[in-house]
Amino acid sequence: MRLYEKPAHVLHDMLAQKEITAAELTRDVLARLDETEGQVQAYLTVTRESALAQAEAVDKKIASGEEISFLEGIPGAIKDNICTKGTKTTCASKILEHFVPPYDATVMEKLRAQQPVILGKVNMDEFAMGGSTENSAYHPTHNPWALERVPGGSSGGSAAAVAAGSAIWALGSDTGGSIRQPASFCGVVGLKPTYGRVSRYGLVAYASSLDQIGPLARDVTDAAHLLNIIAGHDEMDSTSSTAPVPDYAQALTEDVKGLKIGLPKEYFTEGMDGDVEKTVRAAISKYKDMGAEILEISLPHTAYAISTYYLIAPAEAATNLERYDGVSYGERVDGEDLVQMMTNTRTQLFGEEVRRRIMIGNYALSAGYYDAYYLKALKVRTLVQQDYTEAFKQVDVIMAPTAPTPAFRLGEMMADPLQLYLQDVCTVPLNLAGLPGLSVPCGYSSKGLPIGLQIIGKALDEATILRAAYAYEQTQSFHNDMARIGGND
Amino acid sequence: MKYETVIGLEIHCELKTKTKIFCGCETGFGAEHNTHVCPVCLGLPGVLPTVNKRVVEFAIKAGLATNCEINQYCKFDRKNYYYPDLPKNWQTSQYDLPIAEHGWVDIDVEGEKKRIRLTRIHMEEDAGKLVHSGTNIKDSASSNVDYNRTGVPLLEIVSEPDMSSALEARTYMEKIKAIMEYIDVSNCRMEEGNLRADVNVSLRPAGSTELGTRTEMKNINSFKSLEDAINYEIERQTEVLEDGGEIIQETRTWDPERGITLSMRSKENAHDYRYMPEPDLPPIVTSPETIEKFRSELPELPDARRARLEKDFGLSDYDAGIITSSRAMAEYYDAVVATGADAKLAANWMMGDLLKNLNAEAIDISKSPVEAERLGEMIRLIEKGTISSKIGKKVFAEMWTCPDAPAKIVEDKGLVQITDTGAIEAIVDQVIADNPKPVEQYKAGKKKAIGALVGQVMKQSKGKANPQMVNELLAKKLDS
Repeated sequence: MRLYEKPAHVLHDMLAQKEITAAELTRDVLARLDETEGQVQAYLTVTRESALAQAEAVDKKIASGEEISFLEGIPGAIKDNICTKGTKTTCASKILEHFVPPYDATVMEKLRAQQPVILGKVNMDEFAMGGSTENSAYHPTHNPWALERVPGGSSGGSAAAVAAGSAIWALGSDTGGSIRQPASFCGVVGLKPTYGRVSRYGLVAYASSLDQIGPLARDVTDAAHLLNIIAGHDEMDSTSSTAPVPDYAQALTEDVKGLKIGLPKEYFTEGMDGDVEKTVRAAISKYKDMGAEILEISLPHTAYAISTYYLIAPAEAATNLERYDGVSYGERVDGEDLVQMMTNTRTQLFGEEVRRRIMIGNYALSAGYYDAYYLKALKVRTLVQQDYTEAFKQVDVIMAPTAPTPAFRLGEMMADPLQLYLQDVCTVPLNLAGLPGLSVPCGYSSKGLPIGLQIIGKALDEATILRAAYAYEQTQSFHNDMARIGGND
Repeated sequence: MKYETVIGLEIHCELKTKTKIFCGCETGFGAEHNTHVCPVCLGLPGVLPTVNKRVVEFAIKAGLATNCEINQYCKFDRKNYYYPDLPKNWQTSQYDLPIAEHGWVDIDVEGEKKRIRLTRIHMEEDAGKLVHSGTNIKDSASSNVDYNRTGVPLLEIVSEPDMSSALEARTYMEKIKAIMEYIDVSNCRMEEGNLRADVNVSLRPAGSTELGTRTEMKNINSFKSLEDAINYEIERQTEVLEDGGEIIQETRTWDPERGITLSMRSKENAHDYRYMPEPDLPPIVTSPETIEKFRSELPELPDARRARLEKDFGLSDYDAGIITSSRAMAEYYDAVVATGADAKLAANWMMGDLLKNLNAEAIDISKSPVEAERLGEMIRLIEKGTISSKIGKKVFAEMWTCPDAPAKIVEDKGLVQITDTGAIEAIVDQVIADNPKPVEQYKAGKKKAIGALVGQVMKQSKGKANPQMVNELLAKKLDS
């Protein structure tokens, strides 16, 4: 078994026991990256030299007998919308093709304090808009389990790298499912924390009231440790929570006896793939075996969540993306005057989906339409939130599929954006409510494509969903499966 | 037809916080281009704003000082428009829930008191500055952006359309300036752009209650421009209406050099700002206790100070009004009185020689060549009888160009009043001997003739003889 196949917590112990060196580990993951990247294309930027330098520094520290922190010396990848000081951060957009941030995102500062090995920046849908990573301005990423299929998105590079073994862990961001859905498609664990649990400072904004950074990992234990590192209040982010951060790794026990699990009938929809439903229901029945209580619940406003999301997110995106005008940073396409320069820059350097959402957003915010669209969407958002508040009076966690289907084929959804938007049906409502959600691998479709079980928790109760996921994980071995690059199709 | 004018003002007031509204950058004026900047105020990808608590405090104090209701719950909004001096291409401002609303201030115009209502006060960020290679963005080969001012905190103070003349508008703006200075939230230096106004002007048939179509003039940055622009616009609109034309709702710019307003953009081309609640900043919630704390910290405001000067020192309403019309004036006055000078004399000297000189040379009172302390000392010399009021004028003129203490000037120039009876008597005797005609007239009963003799004595003494003593001595001698 090669080193790249192991989860971070195992590798950490091996490093601490001096069974391996960080340099060996990094070289092995880089070798895996070289083996797979030609087909998977998860990365936009590989920082090979600094990664090896970081590994060697850690090895010196270990050799000198110093203790190492959890992530020290363990190679991971960062979604390309998280600002990395000195390393290009493109958001997979032409408009930021050469943008090198002069500052680190808060999560990067927190990570760097742990001295991990940063392998580079990974692919995504441009500005995190999409669910397949096909909207990257550079290249699509391929699902390591089936190369002609998408890895999901928008954190498709993060999920594909972790699944392919070209990273042990990764950070992604989730605005409407962008961590959980690719985790589900790629058979890895993906956690979207509660809105405000992790600082957004340095995360290039798509939809500010929905965006949240979170980990993608090989297993639940790694996800819990990663959350430990990145969670917490940040005075640079006024929307970050001041609630104390528990030790999430400590919370991982197999005990789910008496846990009340809600199954929202609205999440098991008609359009759902039969394999997905079967697999997810089978996983849930495991909980019953472990002594949990299963209750059918209703989240009546679920049907409106997608339309609500596709008004609020584009509206916020329309303003958030106004800054890319060619004036003081980013790329510029000249024009004969100022207006023409800005128009050319934005028309030629934003991709189609980004332009579509900017137009939807501006339409929703424009004079005369605001009340009918944006304001109405805010009101429906409150109703969606109230659904959960009511539900969580009866249950401790809510379980559902992460996505209605397994990974679809590249190009399959490109002609019909609406069809792609519907993919978000099970993930979007949580973002509207600001709640934490996690996708844990729970089996495969008849074609051998990974399927994820989504576990939704109360606000700031990541500990419970991690515990629930961990308990399930102990009953099977899906998390130990590595994708066989080349596919099963 | 007779028309009446309706004017409303939106005053932008730069706050004197040490740091910007949403980041830790300095706010100082005149620094080298792009030195007071950071990722946040440059609007780099991924940054988030954090609210400077001082700005909220200053805004609440401004609201309280203008009799506004303070909203315990307010929020920021994004006001979207593209311009290169705005790095995010939106201005973080407040839309439907401003920090303060429904206030008023009283103004005095030609002896009449008038109440001007305030619609609202809200907080927002300033934009940067464009530095053109030519005179404006259109005729320049290149333009650079200086982001130092980006994110400097502003208050926008919006009035109701309650003013009906250029003078009222000016007086209102002066009042707002005075209040902001008194409560120490802004430097209000108009030449540095600390205080600027957007002015809305419309006409309507006299007696009508409906508002006419208005035009707006933006970024007026002096009181003179304010008055001139309004008067020009009144004239222009009157002409249009009298010719049977219609006023077009538009933004016009005031060209102070040519003394005219020019059309900038019409309503059809007006921006749709697509306001949206700022998702990166939680609403600002202020407790009643905090509001009361800020209220208790407010200093004496112009109206109260004016009333006090009238009551305690017996100043006229007019004098007290002028003296309290700006913080600098009022502080100058206080400093004069603090030297022990008589309060009424202090007022007279300020209203007289001091303001005359300052106005003639267009000097701000804070930079007066005759400092309050020296004026106070000089007044005390008059009170002690060391010099006469008339000599005082000479001393004052001397002090205007010479930094010496008044006592030293009096001594160096030999201006000490002659109060020595013997010395005055000698001159009096000489004058009586030399001027038989007025002496005769006086003795014949034409008492007024003494004036000519007093004048002669004063002339002979080079103005230094104590006039009262001269009068007394002359009368005594002539009557004997």
